[in-house]
Amino acid sequence: MDLNLDAPHSMGTTIIGVTYNGGVVLGADSRTSTGMYVANRASDKITQLTDNVYVCRSGSAADSQVVSDYVRYFLHQHTIQLGQPATVKVSANLIRMLAYNNKNMLQTGLIVGGWDKYEGGKIYGIPLGGTVVEQPFAIGGSGSSYLYGFFDQAWKENMTKEEAEQLVVKAVSLAIARDGASGGVVRTVIINSEGVTRNFYPGDKLQLWHEELEPQNSLLDILNSAGPEPMAI
Amino acid sequence: MTFTIPIDNGDAVKNAEADSQRTLYPYVTGTSIVAIKYKDGVLMASDMGGSYGSTLRYKNIERVKAIGKHSLLGASGEISDFQEILRYLDELVLNDNMWDDGNSFGPKEVHNYLTRVMYNRRNKFNPLWNTLVLGGVKNGESYLGMVSMIGVSFEDNHVATGFGNHLARPILRDEWRADLSFEEGVKLLEKCMRVLLYRDRSAINKLQIAKITEEGVTVSQPYSLKTFWEFQAFHNPTAGAQGSW
Repeated sequence: MDLNLDAPHSMGTTIIGVTYNGGVVLGADSRTSTGMYVANRASDKITQLTDNVYVCRSGSAADSQVVSDYVRYFLHQHTIQLGQPATVKVSANLIRMLAYNNKNMLQTGLIVGGWDKYEGGKIYGIPLGGTVVEQPFAIGGSGSSYLYGFFDQAWKENMTKEEAEQLVVKAVSLAIARDGASGGVVRTVIINSEGVTRNFYPGDKLQLWHEELEPQNSLLDILNSAGPEPMAI
Repeated sequence: MTFTIPIDNGDAVKNAEADSQRTLYPYVTGTSIVAIKYKDGVLMASDMGGSYGSTLRYKNIERVKAIGKHSLLGASGEISDFQEILRYLDELVLNDNMWDDGNSFGPKEVHNYLTRVMYNRRNKFNPLWNTLVLGGVKNGESYLGMVSMIGVSFEDNHVATGFGNHLARPILRDEWRADLSFEEGVKLLEKCMRVLLYRDRSAINKLQIAKITEEGVTVSQPYSLKTFWEFQAFHNPTAGAQGSW
């Protein structure tokens, strides 16, 4: 085939959206990089659109910010005119409108997640190009490459809120371990009929993976603590 | 409804390309569509994959949709452009219904509309990056046609897009007959889809077969095909030449 598919070059970030029995859990890392430099090690990539709809942003920081700003503005007006909270589907379609019609200029992949009274918890993935795909879970950003296999194995329907959040934290943490463009803390946002909860998991509180070591204050602490007897028979 | 983010391009007279856009390359793509006319109408098969470069990213995309009462549209290529085409067709069908004159667009009309859309976009160097397959039945007559992203449009008894052009059409040329029953038609399409599964990197093993007859449209539930790997030659292919493939 001579199709030059030119898959987009690596986008910084790991973002995840997962539905569970009663709502959704959104998760993201917190690293914003300019080239090799980490410009912000504690950014917040999960952005509010309305009281009940949030969006995870990946790719160009500027593009994703301007798109979510416009959509927040549109949804604000829409909510006033509608007289009730906007639905997740409408939010996703507004994002799609901008993403599709400006596809030549924008470099951002988004995951829209929220809860409304008609459909409950819903997740919509909006990759480059402006396709909208409703999914039980979605992953995005450069770190997501390392999570396809993980989710194929670990995802199940109808998880509890706790299971869903643990899955998200574990997944972002695994992606951070292998993706240079992801790092920092894991942020999660849980949205359901009761409201919105934000959580924060700092890097040093996450589970250790393969070839990672328990963090220490200093080598001196290791040397000074009782060590194993060398060469004892 | 469209919204293009307003950008200050400075002098719009000098910047002749201030408002023109062009689609450069596809992002999320669907692979082959294979379709045949058969005794009672048209059968169309596609898998449910949406590839993102070489990653098989989405595995639940429906690439065959019913249009109005008499047509079926299958698309390969960029999925966002396919979704946009479905919006155009929604409007087309709505306006058709609003006439309330007892008439409704058949596959010929829809195919013609799509051909115009695709060709005009091509002329503006801003194609909808799809190859479309349009099948349908109206007043007892079966119809099957195809439009590509450059506006090439034609009808035939059997069509295929993408890899299907190279792998499925030879099979169809050999084995298609006008009086195929539903069962024979499905078997024939499955034969093509299986070859595509073996040989197309972007194919996934989850497909749907859609049927359209005078009665209407049915799209099957998603299902998977069995594959065969038990050729003797597959068991130890490098026994005679270590290091070869």
